[in-house]
Amino acid sequence: MAGVLTVPAPRDRRAGRLARLLGTRIAASVVVLWAAVTAVFFLLRLMPGNTVDVLLARSQVSPQVRAQVIAAYRLDGSVGTQYLAYLGRVLTGDLGESYVLREPVATAIGQQLPDSLALLAATMVITVVASVVLAILGASRRPWVRSSFTAVESLASSVPPFWLGLLLLTVFSFTLHWFPAIGSGGLPGLVLPSIALAASAVAVVTRVLREGLLHALEEPFVVTARARGTGELAVRFRHVLRHALLPVTTILGWMAGSLIGGAVIVEIVFSRAGIGRLTLSAVQNRDMPVVTGVVLLAAVIFVVVNILVDVLNWIVDPRTRG
Amino acid sequence: MTDTELAVPRPRRTTGGTAFWIGVAFLVLLAAAVVFPALFTRIDPNAADLLSTLRPPSAAHWLGTDQNGRDIFARIVYGARPSLVIGLGATVLALAGGIVLGTAAAQLGRAGDQVISRVLDVLLSVPGLLLVFLVVAVLGIGSANATIGLALVGLPGFARVVRAEVIRVRGAHYVEAALGLGWRRFTVIVRHLVPNAVGPIFALATVGLGSMIVASSSLSFVGLGPQPPTAEWGAMLSGSRDYLVLAWWPAVFPGLAITLAVLAFTVAGQHLQRRIDRRSR
Repeated sequence: MAGVLTVPAPRDRRAGRLARLLGTRIAASVVVLWAAVTAVFFLLRLMPGNTVDVLLARSQVSPQVRAQVIAAYRLDGSVGTQYLAYLGRVLTGDLGESYVLREPVATAIGQQLPDSLALLAATMVITVVASVVLAILGASRRPWVRSSFTAVESLASSVPPFWLGLLLLTVFSFTLHWFPAIGSGGLPGLVLPSIALAASAVAVVTRVLREGLLHALEEPFVVTARARGTGELAVRFRHVLRHALLPVTTILGWMAGSLIGGAVIVEIVFSRAGIGRLTLSAVQNRDMPVVTGVVLLAAVIFVVVNILVDVLNWIVDPRTRG
Repeated sequence: MTDTELAVPRPRRTTGGTAFWIGVAFLVLLAAAVVFPALFTRIDPNAADLLSTLRPPSAAHWLGTDQNGRDIFARIVYGARPSLVIGLGATVLALAGGIVLGTAAAQLGRAGDQVISRVLDVLLSVPGLLLVFLVVAVLGIGSANATIGLALVGLPGFARVVRAEVIRVRGAHYVEAALGLGWRRFTVIVRHLVPNAVGPIFALATVGLGSMIVASSSLSFVGLGPQPPTAEWGAMLSGSRDYLVLAWWPAVFPGLAITLAVLAFTVAGQHLQRRIDRRSR
């Protein structure tokens, strides 16, 4: 969708620019992730007590297992060898072994990940659909529409997700019995947790999108579209929405971070299986291999999401294609 | 109103002027509850009464009683301190760290800027609550460590804004004048750069206090904050979870307290931000 006055760049040049954008962003992200792995390595060494004991989370193990840990992490070698060994293992996706759960960290995370991803995906869908619909309905300069939307948005973004979860459970599970109270239970079990998690994100995205729509509705091209006899809804969906999406894409990265953190808590409220319960019990048991594994995984997801957001920006806004 | 003000289209009165004052009034009440909880209730928040557990709201117990027969209103009032102190403490720590690191990044030259900015990137690469989980796993469970963790979450945002502001104000004439008068660089930084650069982050911090309070109550909810029997809003909600079938009030009122506190900080902070925005325009 090129502007009327600009000639679209040839396809291969545009692809080259996208490749360059991706290249610099990926390089910067790799540096950040490498620094994160390094920070985690030194954090484990700085913890009080023997590093073997830290990794074992003080669980009782046989001398053979102890020897295995020392060998696997090269704990008998110098700091340099230990660091290189750790880096090599993380690079090959080996996050170590949980001696509390007695299984590899990657396996433990892998078992819980689908449930968490399902929750995040459902939350994303709700957020996108609800915000677009609400913003289009609420993009009006009429004072009462504006102030009531602002009030509801402020309230919704102030409600802690775990409390909303409790309220939804009280009303829809324990009083009306519409949805299961505990466990994953497929799609019905996904409804309440994803609403609880989505509410504050919907509030924030709706506000940004609504302000964006109001701005874009004043552009000359809207007058042109209306003059052609385009209906009000069609103007909003076909012409204005794309312009209003730009400020939204920039907060998507922030949103991904807050949703990942929020999901951990919401999973616990609803007693759902998932990364949340795994992480919480790991923190309580100081099961460091699991905690650091989850943190590094979350960092990778977060960084990838942010790169995707940049690409999305590039797609939505031709001006950023330079 | 003067003529000059009428000459330009009058800026729309900031919506939420009343909301701002209601928010401020609520914050004053909260501050009073933090400092003098005994002003609001004579009931001991930890006095268990096993003969009147899970009683609905009544004249004797305004907001009802919890599963141990403790008065929920008294627990909310006395809970203001442990519930708000983590968020406040974390914000103060994050502000202090953000000002120091942001100023250092702006003033230590290219290499220093690179190093500090990459450290901030690493902190930002871990989603907020998971960073707190990591800190709590390393340092142990408790309010102090939760505060440190949350401070690390808030710090990068403040540092980035301060860095940008210092870069903006350091070209100002009064900075040049001070340097020209032969003042030491450090003195100029402390006396001129920092005071002029920190304005925007205080509004940011007030809005940020809201999310800090949500985060700290989430941590208490999952048992990583103040330990029982401390009356903390998130911890109270956690206790109510097992009795949802029997009673709604222990699950409702502490959450309402959190929401209103967050709302009050957000409304007040946004009002401050708008005022700063308008002045700088």
